[in-house]
Amino acid sequence: MSPASRVSPVSRTAPALDVDAILDDPGTRIIVCCGSGGVGKTTTAAALGLRAAERGRSVVVLTVDPAKRLAQAMGLTELDNTPRRVDGVGDGGELHAMMLDMKRTFDEIIEAHADADRARQILTNPFYQSLSSSFSGTQEYMAMEKLGQLRRSGDWDLIVVDTPPSRSALDFLDAPERLGRFLDGRLIRILTAPAKAGGRSAFKLINAGFGVVTGILTKVLGAQVLRDIQMFVSALDAVFGGFRQRAEQTYQLLQAPGTAFLVVAAPERDAMREASYFVERLAQERMPLAGVVVNRVHLSPAAALSSARSSAAAEDLEARGEHELTAAVLRLHAGRMQLAAREQRQREHFTSAHPTVPITQVPAMPEDVHDLAGLRQIGDLLASPPPESRATA
Amino acid sequence: MSEATGKRFSGQDGGAEARDTDWDGVRLHVVSGKGGTGKTTVAAALALALAAGGRKVLLVEVEGRQGIAQVFDLPPLPYEERKIAVAPGGGDVYALAIDPEEAMLEYLEMFYGMKRMGKALTRMGVVDFATTIAPGLRDVLVTGKTSEAVRRRDKSGRRVYDAIVMDAPPTGRIARFLNVTQEVAGLARMGPVKNHADLVRGVLTSPETAVHFVTLLEEMPVQETLDGIAEMRASGLPAGGVFINMVRPAGLPESALQAASGSRFDPAELALGLKAAGLADGAADATLIAEALAEEVTEHALRTELEKRERLTLESAGTHRYDLPLLPDGADLAGLYELAEALRDQGAA
Repeated sequence: MSPASRVSPVSRTAPALDVDAILDDPGTRIIVCCGSGGVGKTTTAAALGLRAAERGRSVVVLTVDPAKRLAQAMGLTELDNTPRRVDGVGDGGELHAMMLDMKRTFDEIIEAHADADRARQILTNPFYQSLSSSFSGTQEYMAMEKLGQLRRSGDWDLIVVDTPPSRSALDFLDAPERLGRFLDGRLIRILTAPAKAGGRSAFKLINAGFGVVTGILTKVLGAQVLRDIQMFVSALDAVFGGFRQRAEQTYQLLQAPGTAFLVVAAPERDAMREASYFVERLAQERMPLAGVVVNRVHLSPAAALSSARSSAAAEDLEARGEHELTAAVLRLHAGRMQLAAREQRQREHFTSAHPTVPITQVPAMPEDVHDLAGLRQIGDLLASPPPESRATA
Repeated sequence: MSEATGKRFSGQDGGAEARDTDWDGVRLHVVSGKGGTGKTTVAAALALALAAGGRKVLLVEVEGRQGIAQVFDLPPLPYEERKIAVAPGGGDVYALAIDPEEAMLEYLEMFYGMKRMGKALTRMGVVDFATTIAPGLRDVLVTGKTSEAVRRRDKSGRRVYDAIVMDAPPTGRIARFLNVTQEVAGLARMGPVKNHADLVRGVLTSPETAVHFVTLLEEMPVQETLDGIAEMRASGLPAGGVFINMVRPAGLPESALQAASGSRFDPAELALGLKAAGLADGAADATLIAEALAEEVTEHALRTELEKRERLTLESAGTHRYDLPLLPDGADLAGLYELAEALRDQGAA
C-alpha cells in the first residue's frame, strides 16, 4: 500500500483525541471507560484519574475489576467499596480509588429504603442473597447505582469509572431498562397478587388466572423457590419505585454534557469491531462519546525501514552467509513492521466507518504497570501519543 | 501422540481413528481464558483438531457474542446445531449458539411438554425473568443444554457427538458459571431446578470434562490462569490444559538477547551489516538506523525475558501446556487450521 493509494487519505486520518482538554474542563464530571475484556480499560481509567488529579482535580476512580495489581500500583493494599486516598499524587489535586462491592451496595440500598423490619426480611431472603451476589445483571446495575451515589455526594469533581466486563460490555446501559421491564411486567403482579389481593373478592377472577401460572411455576421451579421469590418481591415492592427512578436518573446523568465516554480498544480485529459496536450503540442511546483509546499499539523507532526492504535485505545477507546478527535483527524488524501495518489497517477500517471519532493511542509496553510512575507514563502517552509509525513507507 | 503428523490427518479407515492424546476419555472441553487472549479462536481450533480424522464435534457458544460466526467468517448462528466446517481427514464441526430463552423453552417442552405454555410464560415475562434476572438460572440453562449434547445418543444408542467444545465465559467468571449447583443454591435448595442443576453438575465434574485455559505470556493472563486452575481444583471441577496463545518465534540468537537485556548490545556490528546489505546511505545513516533497530532489539529482549519468566510460572500449575504460534496474518480461517494442526502435533487432540 503506497501513500498514493486510491482511497482518499483524508477519510483515514482520525482527529486526535485531546485527553487533557477533557480532563481540564471543569464541566467534565464523569468519564466512563468502556470496551471489551482484556483491552486495558481499568488501567486506562486509573491512568486518566491520576493525570486529572495531578492537573489539579479532585478525582475518584471507581473500578469493577478486582485487579489486585492495580491496587498495589496505587499503593493500596486492596480496593473496597469505600473510596481510599492514593498517596504520592503531585500538584494540588487528589485521587481516591475504590472497587465496587455489588452485594454491599445492594444491601445499602435496601437498608436506606426500607424500614428496619422489612430490610431484615429482604436481606435474609435466600432469593435476595443469591440475586445480590450474582454476576448476571446485578453488577451492571450496582455499578450504575454507585456512580449515581458518587455523583450525588458532590465530594468529587471528577469520577472516572470503568465498566463491568460483561458479555456485552454495554449491558450496564440496559440495566435500568431491564429492571423497568421486570417491574412493569405482568410477572411481578402475578407474584405479588396473592399477598396483595388477600381476601378481596374483586380480584378473585384475576387470581384464578394467576393461579394457573403460579401452578406452573411451582411445577417448574418448586414451591419453595416460588415462595422465596414471592416473599422477596412483595417485601421489595415498596423499595422498588425509588430504585427504578434512581436508575433512570443515572441513565440521564450519563447522557448529560458533563459525561465523557471513552471507548477503549486494542488494534485487533475483534476489539476494533467491538469498539465500532460501542460507538454506534452510544450514539443510539445519545450518550456523549469523547473518543477512542487504542491501547497496545506496536510502533517502531525505525519505521522508515519498511517490512519489504527489511526482509529482502535479510534474505540477501542470509544468502551471502554474512552478518548473521544483522539478518536476524532485520527479520525481527520486518515482523514488527508487518504487525504495525496490520494494526494500522484495523484502525483505518474503524476510522473509515467513523471518520469523526477522535482517537488516541498508547504503545504496547513490555511489562505491566507496577506503580504510580507507570500509570503516570501511560497518562502522558494518552495525552500526547508518539507519532504514528509510517508502517507503509 | 506417537503418530507422525501426516498420519494424524490421514484417517485411512474413513471412520474415526483411534488415537492417543492427552485428553482421551474427555468429551466436554470447556475453554476459558482472560479476555483478549483469543479464547474463541483456540476453542475453534480445538474443535477442528478433535474432529480431524472423521469425528463429529459440536462447538458451543454461550455468551451471545456470535464469536464463532466471526472466527469462521459466517453470518450469525441461530439456536440450531449446524455444520460449519470440515476438519482435515474428513471430520465435521457443528456449531451451536445457545440462547438462554430458547434453551428455557426447549427445557420446558422437553421435561414438561409445555410448548404452548412456554409461549404464555414468555408473554408474562417469566422467561425474561428467568434468563436475565433470576440468579444462576441462565447459567444452568446454558450448561444444561451443553450437558444434554454431551449425553445425547442416536437411535442405535451411539453418542451423537464425539466431543463438545465450549467457548466458555472468561476466567473471572468461569468458576461461578460452572458451579451451577452452588449458583442456584440460594434459589432452589430442592425441587426441579435443583435436580436439573445436580444432573448438570454430574456431567461437569466427571472425568469426561476438562476445563482448559487460554493465556498469553503476559503477567495478568498468566496470573488469572493460575487463579482459575486453583479455583477449578477447589470447587471439584476438572482443570484441563493451558493453551499458550500467540507465541512468537525466538527471533534472535541467545547471545544477542543476553547482550540486549543487559544493555550491552553494540549497534556498531549492526551498522556494518546494514551497509553490507545496502540499506544505509553512508556511515552516519547506518549508525542512525542501527541505533533505532538496537532499541527494538532491547525491547524484544526484555519481552523475551518476561515471557520466559511467565512460562516458568505456568509450569507451577502442573498441567499439560500447548504452544500456539502467533499468526502473522491474524486468526483467519487458514490460521485456524494451522492452529488445529499445532494442537494435534502436541497431543492436545
